[in-house]
Parts: sequence; C-alpha cells; structure tokens
Amino acid sequence: MSEETGIDIYRRRFLSGTAKAAAGLAVLAPGVFLHEVGQARPADQAVTNKVRWGMLIDSGKCAEGCNDCVTACNTENGLTGHGRPLSDPQWIRKVRLRDKQSGYTQTLPMLCQHCESPPCVDVCPTGASFKRADGIVLVDKHICIGCRYCMMACPYKARSFVHEDLHDQKPYAPRGKGTVESCTFCVQRVDSNRTPACVEACTAENHGAMVFGDMNDPDSEISKQLEQYSSRQIRGDLQLNTGVRYRGI
Amino acid sequence: MLKNLLITLFACITAGLALQVQAGGSILPDIPEAQARFSEAQGCVRPTEDMRRNHMKYLLHKRDLTMHDGIRTTQISLKGCIDCHVSSSPDAPRFPSEKHFCNSCHTYAAVDIDCFQCHADRPLRDAQGHFVVSGNEMQQQSGAGNLHMLATEGDAHE
Repeated sequence: MSEETGIDIYRRRFLSGTAKAAAGLAVLAPGVFLHEVGQARPADQAVTNKVRWGMLIDSGKCAEGCNDCVTACNTENGLTGHGRPLSDPQWIRKVRLRDKQSGYTQTLPMLCQHCESPPCVDVCPTGASFKRADGIVLVDKHICIGCRYCMMACPYKARSFVHEDLHDQKPYAPRGKGTVESCTFCVQRVDSNRTPACVEACTAENHGAMVFGDMNDPDSEISKQLEQYSSRQIRGDLQLNTGVRYRGI
Repeated sequence: MLKNLLITLFACITAGLALQVQAGGSILPDIPEAQARFSEAQGCVRPTEDMRRNHMKYLLHKRDLTMHDGIRTTQISLKGCIDCHVSSSPDAPRFPSEKHFCNSCHTYAAVDIDCFQCHADRPLRDAQGHFVVSGNEMQQQSGAGNLHMLATEGDAHE
C-alpha cells in the first residue's frame, strides 16, 4: 500500500460522507426515491409542532379501478369487515368525481384530512378526539365513549364506528368495539420514520399519486411540490387548513 | 359424641385440602414463564415485586405518553409485556383463559381488565420469528390473500 497523502484522506472523508447521505435514500424503483421523512426522532422524545405531517394527492395520477391504497390500509391496520359496507369500518376510500356537464370522471382517495382546526376535536365531549403536536388527528380509544359526535362533525365522512366485537387485532394497531376510529396516517409507521401504508403501496405500483412528508420542512418533497404546483383543500371554504391536499381537482 | 364427630369432620376437611394442594389444585396463581430474561440478575424490566404492585401505574402513565406524545420506548409497554410473557404459538392460551399470563394473576386477584378488547393478547411473529411491526411484512409473507378487503367505491359530487 502506498502512503496516503492529505488529499487522499480528504477524498476518503468526502466519499464516505456522500455514501452516508446516499444511504438515507431508499431506491424503490428506477428513478423513484423514497426520501427519509423528517429528522429521526429518538423513541423517548415527544413529538413537537416543528413537524407538520401532510399528504399531497395527485388526482391525475390516481388510476381508476386501482384500490391499492385501500388494500394496503386494511392490511396494515387489520381492518376486517362483515360484508356490511354501511357499517364496516373504512379509513380510506376511493371516490369518483364526475362532471355532470362534460361527463369527465376522475378518482381520488378520501381519508381523514388531518385538519389544523379539526371539527371532530371541537365537538368531542371527553377529549378522546385530539390532534397530536405534529398535526396527526387521532382518537384516544381509552377515553372514547363512542358517542359519535365527531362522526357527525367531520365534513369528510372520514370516521367509522366499530359496531362489533373484534378479534386478532394487530399488536401495532389496537382497535375495539364501541369506539370511533379513522386514518392515523399510520402513526406507528410515521413514529419509526416510515411513510403511511397507502403512500408506500401507491409508490410501489409506480402510480406516485401520493406524497407524504413534513409540510413545515421547506426541503421536503411535499413542500417542494406544494410550492411548484397548484393544489387545493377539499372544502377549503371551511378554513380547516387540512393536512391532505389535492392536485388536479 | 358430638365432639368426636366434629374432630373427625375437621380431620377429613384438612386431609381433603392437603390432597387438593398436592394434586396441583392450589388456589395460588400458576404464572407462565416469560420467553426471556431482562438481564442475568433481573428477570423483568423492573424487580418482580415492584412489577406485581405497580405495573398498572407504569402502563397507565406510558399509555398516555405513547398515545399523545408518540413516545414508543419498549421497556414499559403493554406490547413489550406481551412480546416477552406470552408465546406466539397458535396453541398458546388466549386471553380469557386463566393460563394466559395476564389473566393467571387477575383471576386470582378478581380483577377484570379490558385491555384485550382492543390490544393483541399475544405477539405477532413472522416466519423467521421476528416481531411483526407493520402490515407490509405480513403482505409479503401471506400475499394478503386471506384478508377480507373493504374496498368500496362511492360517488361524490362537489
């Protein structure tokens, strides 16, 4: 081995630095990168409002007939039904929009919009419905009494009530009869620096219609896209400042 | 006469009790062994006496920290307790059974807990024996074919 010069050492340090930076990017498919979401938060640190989790959905890329986000959500969170669509729980659903004049149709996934000012939290009599500091709206099922006021208050019809006894729930997603539930942005995954199951499924299918990230971080993919493209909030007139935004509607 | 009868009766009851204890019918709880030890010196994450007396306080405190602050440390955690104290084998006793770790004591203490109406009463492991932490591992393993899917399409007009 030849002697290392100062320049070699410098180059080695530079290259190992870039290798570490590259390791932060997981390659999902050629040309598609899953950026590590936000800064890794130690498991013993509380969430803060420095982060605001959000999702950007491009209705133009959402394929008609594709249900992968719904399937992934049901698998992840162990949502099983009894074949009764009116009362079975549903955290995300595909919605078809049709322009009555032109007949133009498009589809989009509808889920809890994780509002900054959530009506479900306003009306909850026990404090079970709450917003985490990082913007994720959740139900604390330990104190939910199942009154369903939040379901009435939600403009997006995003919440479900569990009507029947459940068995074999997932250890990472507890659910039970007599409580209200809705999309959690897969909080168990977000807390370990992963993206929600629906986003992962959409990206894996190469649709790329869903982007998840920190809306407070100007360098995040979602912030860049929000800055670059026109997007809107569904029922923006309610001024809830939703965490889920849509493109192409 | 009556005194003799009473003495005989008492002897019979005592002998019966002794037999019952010998036959393993003790009223003391029969607590299943944990899957692993926390350390050489200590079986559980806290000394056993402390856990017996205070586990409910630890769990209640941690419950709110996890739910509201997203703190997911594993030492004091209901999932952590279950992962270590309950076998993931399909034949392992399920919660309402007195042979389930939690219920073995709670039956003895006449405490009715509702944790397992929502929480899993046993760990979920994949084929390699690792704890499953997300649905996606399950998906790769089972193809997600046996899950009843809820996908519905609805019409909405804005």
